[in-house]
Amino acid sequence: MNAPLRRAGVVVLVLFGLIFANLNWVQAYKADDYRTASRNPRVTVAEYKRPRGVIEADNGVALAKNAETDDTLKYLRQYPKREIYAPVLGYKPVSLGATGIEETENDFLSGESDKLFADRLADMFTGEETGGGNVILSLKSKAQEVAWKQMTDNERGATKGAAVAIDPRTGAIQALVSMPSYDPNKLVTHDKAAAAKAYQELNADPSQPMLNRALAQTLPPGSTFKVVVSAAALQNGYDVDTEIPAGSVYQEGGATIRNAEDEVCPGSEISLKEALTESCNTGFAKLGVKLGADKVKGAAKAFGFEDDTLKVGDLESGDGLKVAASRTGDIANPDGSTDKAALAQSSIGQRDVRMTPLQGALIAATVANGGEQMRPYLVQKLLSPDRRTIYTASPKKRSDPVNGEVASKLKEMMVSVVENGTGKKARIDGYTVGGKTGTAQNAEGKDPHGWFIGFAFNDKGEPVSAVCVMLENVRGGHASAEAARIAGLIMKAAAGGGGN
Amino acid sequence: MTAPAVPASSPASTGELSRIPGLKTRRNAELGLLAFAMALVAMFAWTVEANQFGTVSGTFWVPPVLLSILFLGLHAVVRMTAPYADPVLIPAVALINGIGVAFLRRLDIARAIANKEPAPGVFAGTGGRQLAWTLGALILAAVLLLVVRDHKAVSRYAYTLGLVGIVLVMIPAVLPGSLSEVNGAKLWIKFGSFSIQPGEFAKLALVSFFAYYLVRKREVLSLASHRFLGLDFPRGRDLGPVVTVWLLSLLVLVFEKDLGTALMYFGLFVVTLYVATERSSWLIIGLLLFFGGVYVAYLLGEAVGGPFANFYDRAQVWLDPFATANYERVGGSYQLVQGLFGLGTGGLFGSGPGGGSPGFIPEVRTDFIFAGLGEEIGLFGLSALLVMYLLIVERGLRAALAVRDSFGKLVAGGLAFTLGLQVFVILGGITGLIPLTGQTTPFLSAGGSSLMANWLLVAMLLRISNAARGPAASGAGPDRPGPKKAPTQLHGAMTEVIKP
Repeated sequence: MNAPLRRAGVVVLVLFGLIFANLNWVQAYKADDYRTASRNPRVTVAEYKRPRGVIEADNGVALAKNAETDDTLKYLRQYPKREIYAPVLGYKPVSLGATGIEETENDFLSGESDKLFADRLADMFTGEETGGGNVILSLKSKAQEVAWKQMTDNERGATKGAAVAIDPRTGAIQALVSMPSYDPNKLVTHDKAAAAKAYQELNADPSQPMLNRALAQTLPPGSTFKVVVSAAALQNGYDVDTEIPAGSVYQEGGATIRNAEDEVCPGSEISLKEALTESCNTGFAKLGVKLGADKVKGAAKAFGFEDDTLKVGDLESGDGLKVAASRTGDIANPDGSTDKAALAQSSIGQRDVRMTPLQGALIAATVANGGEQMRPYLVQKLLSPDRRTIYTASPKKRSDPVNGEVASKLKEMMVSVVENGTGKKARIDGYTVGGKTGTAQNAEGKDPHGWFIGFAFNDKGEPVSAVCVMLENVRGGHASAEAARIAGLIMKAAAGGGGN
Repeated sequence: MTAPAVPASSPASTGELSRIPGLKTRRNAELGLLAFAMALVAMFAWTVEANQFGTVSGTFWVPPVLLSILFLGLHAVVRMTAPYADPVLIPAVALINGIGVAFLRRLDIARAIANKEPAPGVFAGTGGRQLAWTLGALILAAVLLLVVRDHKAVSRYAYTLGLVGIVLVMIPAVLPGSLSEVNGAKLWIKFGSFSIQPGEFAKLALVSFFAYYLVRKREVLSLASHRFLGLDFPRGRDLGPVVTVWLLSLLVLVFEKDLGTALMYFGLFVVTLYVATERSSWLIIGLLLFFGGVYVAYLLGEAVGGPFANFYDRAQVWLDPFATANYERVGGSYQLVQGLFGLGTGGLFGSGPGGGSPGFIPEVRTDFIFAGLGEEIGLFGLSALLVMYLLIVERGLRAALAVRDSFGKLVAGGLAFTLGLQVFVILGGITGLIPLTGQTTPFLSAGGSSLMANWLLVAMLLRISNAARGPAASGAGPDRPGPKKAPTQLHGAMTEVIKP
């Protein structure tokens, strides 16, 4: 019986050899994969072992910070301002994916960025767990909070909307509000089940609170698009005083264009400046058809339409919150020729024209900045864990949509809109304000969206803020008036808060 | 020290009576190895406290010292009753058992720290219970050594043991799931909070029965009637017992929902059959039958479901544990994957005892204790542990080789091989080599059944190795002298079936 017993011994040896080989596979070959797998809870624990960097606005108040806990995850992320900054900050949850600046600046906030290599190296010697790097946003807390308050307390009871304010000279975003918003604290709780439930509830909410309406939603811009058509005209031989055809009704193909009210440009001609001031629909529809689809689309594209690569965040890395592309639509018949009815409607920002609030603010900012469009950004500074400045944003030019002359004429026309025309509610003491209102028809039977894009110059003639306010489905007529009023208050706060 | 009761030259004596000059008992080697093993366990306990508390309490040595006392007790019993027993078995098993107790205590400490409770007492928690179970298991082992002075005596109760074995195997299968099911496998008998795994004891009884049966039938079963492909195949009518056991183990697979247990029983039988008959055709028939049966069960599970579904699911989990569908399914691959993460995180050297996070691994006290240990002692530590198991198995097989009677050969060979097979089944399952099953890791997992049954197995191996290494004249003579005579019914007449 000994021969088979010996063979049984060999079999056991082989079986154990297989286990040993497999252990080598698991613990040596695949070890790194397993050690860093996202499903490995040790990864999360290690991540929460050191405090994540703080995110602040201009005034040094923490918008995202950490509280020490006594559970396995040592730090709890907290957002003291709750929904006000949520569309910008996003959130960093335990098991879901991060969003917003929390996502795009994650390397720096978590301390893994190469920029913090020296700090990590120091940790190795001191044995301490210093936190991640701190992110200082370009947001002006005063402007942001005024914007949030005015949007949510708007006089027309609109429940959805967005507002963006930009410094025209630099592209620094001063305020970015999306309404309704959400409380990110519920999503970052260490109770994963509660976090998942909160996420599902927000996801199922028909008002889409997690949608960033300022960046990711495009809507018909209505008459604010007339600024783009005006730019196209001014670039093609028109002047502010050039008389353009108008009238109370304009029929083009299957489209009938009327003015908002009978007293707006009933005459056969009106100057370009007057047309913008009164927001003359027939005049701009005819102007657009006269200029042709290519010129209108070209001007829109120059201002940033059709660009689906823009991200708003960190100018250095180029990473940031993704911005949806604004579109002019095809304006073409199936055979490729220009659909004039569509062109007439598109020229007053209807039909298939779609714009993000950010794009609206960029148009106003470009005009205010003499025709130069600065690349918008949110990350002003990166500070090391001990608050040494590691990076300061250096503004970058994005494009030159119009030349200085056209820009100054557009500025003159837009100032006229606020001083004499439809945008009077945007006026603020001590500043020269220009802008353009928009009341955009959307779905049948629904109240129109109210838009306002504009800018403010201080008494030294510096453009201090450019803004776009959009309120969805505003009841009670003159939808844009409430947007203009809010825009004025935001610009005032943005101009005053920064010590310009 | 042993105290020989009769002159050492007594030729017909065994047990505590024999001290033949020139024959080395190696008991002092056993004592030295035991001291070394216990020193390792004490170091493990010390490191655990250093890593968990940051400081070592004054009581870290208490569990290792208590364990040492227990093992010394068994050592004393062996000196008295089996002086020629293999000196490696007890230290090797004691090391694994001791590491198990220390690791379970480490899990208790981590839980107490997490719950902000004081450190658990010596007999508190799973570690304390395991210490108590060790005491119980060692008492059983000592009783077996004291009562069974000659392993051949066991053969007299072979049919009783066979019946007991089959009943033990079947009980969980016929009990309702609420009384027998843990984690999908029906291997238990539960009384409230207390549960035992009868299969652990069944393997001891079944090995004894198989050995007895095969010693009687080996001539018949060795008769070759067909020669096919160079192999001698048995007569059809002699296949009866093999087919019976095969069917039984498949029933176990289906009704106890556990491949590992089925594989163990069947492997146990096939190996003893092969050793008894020295016919490799039995091995081939056995393997074909088993893997054929498993494959059919897999196909049935896929097509029919019902009682086969569990096995099919487990096979799916094994084939792709990282697939989201398997990972997120209740009872899916979550445990396996977390175990792999623990092993992978440990890597080559591990985080050191007390330095890892084995608490993230489900069932880390029982099925997955090897993965939990792997995180802390790394590939090197696990390899050492694997070598310890290999040592125990090969020492058992060596006793089988050396012992002179067929019954002893089959029992020692069967038990040693079964132990090796069980280690392979559970470690292979945890490391993803084979489908995961609900086997315990011998001497390591928390639980009294497994510990007691496996210590009984070791006691049996000690007894047989004593006969193997002891004086040649060992036998179960009726004229066995000595005042400490074991119960006579075990040592009555020569059993007619034993052929030395």
